[in-house]
Amino acid sequence: MEGLNELAFVLGGVNHWITVFLIMAGLYIIVSRSNMIKKLVGLSIFQTSVYLLYVSPGKIIGGTAPIIIANAPDQMYSNPLPHVLILTAIVVGVATLALGLALVVRINEAYGSIEEDEVYSGEDWN
Amino acid sequence: MLDQLPAIIIAVPLIAAAVCAIIRNETICWLIALVVAFVSFVGSATMLGQVQQYGEDISYKLGGWAPPAGIEYKVDLLAGYVLVLVSLIATAVLIYGRQSVKVEIKKSMQGWYYTMYLLCMCGLLGIVITGDAFNAFVFMEISSLSMYTLIALGKDRRAVAAAYQYLILGTIGATMYVIGVGLLFTLTGTLNLADLAVRLGPMLDTPAAIAGMAFIIVGLSLKIALFPLHLWLPNAYAFAPSAVTAFLAATATKVSIYLLMRYLYTVFGFGFAIEQTPIPEVVMVLSLLAIFAGSFTAIFQENVKRMLAYSSVAQIGYITLGIALANATGLTGSLVHIFNHAVMKGALFMLVGGIAMQIGTVRLSDMAGAGKAMPLTMFGFVLGGFSMLGVPGTVGFVSKWYLAMGALENGWWWVVALLMLSSLLVLVYMGRVIEVAFFRERPADAVPLKEAPKSMIMTAWVFILACVYLGFDTSFTVGVAEQAVNVLLGGAQ
Amino acid sequence: MRGHLILRVVSKILIPFLLLFALYVQFHGDFGPGGGFQAGVIVAAAFVLYALIFGLRATQKIISPALLEVAVPLGVLIYAGVGVYTWLMGGNFLDYNMIDSHDPSHGQHLGVLLVEAGVLLTVSSTMLLIFYTFAGRGR
Repeated sequence: MEGLNELAFVLGGVNHWITVFLIMAGLYIIVSRSNMIKKLVGLSIFQTSVYLLYVSPGKIIGGTAPIIIANAPDQMYSNPLPHVLILTAIVVGVATLALGLALVVRINEAYGSIEEDEVYSGEDWN
Repeated sequence: MLDQLPAIIIAVPLIAAAVCAIIRNETICWLIALVVAFVSFVGSATMLGQVQQYGEDISYKLGGWAPPAGIEYKVDLLAGYVLVLVSLIATAVLIYGRQSVKVEIKKSMQGWYYTMYLLCMCGLLGIVITGDAFNAFVFMEISSLSMYTLIALGKDRRAVAAAYQYLILGTIGATMYVIGVGLLFTLTGTLNLADLAVRLGPMLDTPAAIAGMAFIIVGLSLKIALFPLHLWLPNAYAFAPSAVTAFLAATATKVSIYLLMRYLYTVFGFGFAIEQTPIPEVVMVLSLLAIFAGSFTAIFQENVKRMLAYSSVAQIGYITLGIALANATGLTGSLVHIFNHAVMKGALFMLVGGIAMQIGTVRLSDMAGAGKAMPLTMFGFVLGGFSMLGVPGTVGFVSKWYLAMGALENGWWWVVALLMLSSLLVLVYMGRVIEVAFFRERPADAVPLKEAPKSMIMTAWVFILACVYLGFDTSFTVGVAEQAVNVLLGGAQ
Repeated sequence: MRGHLILRVVSKILIPFLLLFALYVQFHGDFGPGGGFQAGVIVAAAFVLYALIFGLRATQKIISPALLEVAVPLGVLIYAGVGVYTWLMGGNFLDYNMIDSHDPSHGQHLGVLLVEAGVLLTVSSTMLLIFYTFAGRGR
């Protein structure tokens, strides 16, 4: 029984495990890569974890879209709010990514490199 | 009309931003932005007055949907206080910044500058006014994304690199915040801050709630630039256009501090977040480190804007110190310092913007002898420096006094000693600028200097005089702050 | 890609259906998954496909970047305009019930329709503008 409980813990929270994995993977890429585009990829993965975190608890197995149906008023439905929130978060993510890439293009034009250590170390910041 | 004010101060800047994006003529956009910012200021002040007069919070149902399901805009004393601050600074920086924007930003970009400026103002006001945790995230990203763009408009190529750095760290901060909100939402099923506080009450010590709290606090600390998460701040402040720096330094971090206070004191509650977790101790140590590390680093800066930026890191430390003290006096000091720091740092950055315009650089060595050529600017700088130092009769003294009293109330006399000591560091770095500007001769081969345009000097001086005035007449800042502290601590006492 | 006959023919057939599908997603938003965001991205995808096959210049002849730069804020204005209209009718900002004075549910319908139209305009033109900006860089 003990082992079964542990299995249920691991499998039941699979969405959370994936969320945690995405958070860590995203942050690791941001920290470890010096290439600015790769950093933005990491940032996107990091943001993706949020989408999963919000959307997965909103889903009810067997639930339908949250629309009142005349002859079945007690129909079980999934919570629509997380989807709306995440739609907004996705738009925010797209905007961030687009702005980030635009900045990288400008950095490349100004510095001739998108490697962070080359851009930052070759510059007098004072 | 009056009951629509909460939506007006958010929606009108948004609409105006869209209009500016279509028109893109510098003069018209500037006028629109100025009028809109002023309308927001009048609206915020009216709301603050109403709240004070009737002693009742303003609640606004966006789209007619009742909270907690719908998005609620909520103005209480604390929110009103920060709203007035943000809209006031936004208006002043618009008056100040027009000449410097004309010089520092490409002609084709000036219309976009005002679009982004209005969007940023809309976002900052939105964070303060909204009573919805996720809505706060959306406004946070509106203000941040426009802020990154504004910073990248700087002339120097380093501005773009600084904006990129800020974008990465700022987005990590905002995403951490939204992860925390997501955990709390999964736990309670609500996003309305007031409702969240009620429903979280019985389950505050569950792992999910604690994890959510940790994510929210760390995320907001990144936005605040609390030491050691301040790495984005110096470069962003140093290389942004002068007007943007003045606006950013005076408002952006303050709004995040407001949100942090909201979470610590009302959502998680005094009884849990302050009394049962080590948050106050951690924040206090970090604040003291921020004060000393920030001030100490500022001493070695050659770029004056960067020096003031490091000083901002230190000043943020004073504000968070008040949060950590967690008594009424300390919190009052913290709230008063939010306003005071915005006024004095805003003024200093405005003056430095004038110097940048005339000399062309903000390097300390190029400012030799500037005191003689630009007496108004440099004299203002001296007064602003006094205020930063906390000389009695200036605003800096008022907030430090309250912080010190708050520390004594907790019996932390050594914090008071450290506060005094930190003022010495301020003396060193502000003194360096004053020494170079007044006691060194201007090199004979340097370009002749004159004062910056009147509009810039005047606005900066209004703020400098406000530093002195608010140092004597504290009825507005301290008065409102004390009442706002009651709002924060209301649940606990 | 001018030489690739198959790609050109297939994309010419596909693009009208893509746009049609975008309209379906847009107007089906009332009854199922859909709405302005999704439809906007699909519209933009159709034009991006066109640009990939027939070249950026040809696409910019159909929709110029200057037009898009106006369309982005225009969508926001449509959205906010609904809010201003509800103000004028005496309601809260974006209170769709106020749009139709006889039947609030009609107001809700119309409000969402107009708002989603604004969203469609802004999202599709933003997406396309992002594509233009990156694709046109360095020429």
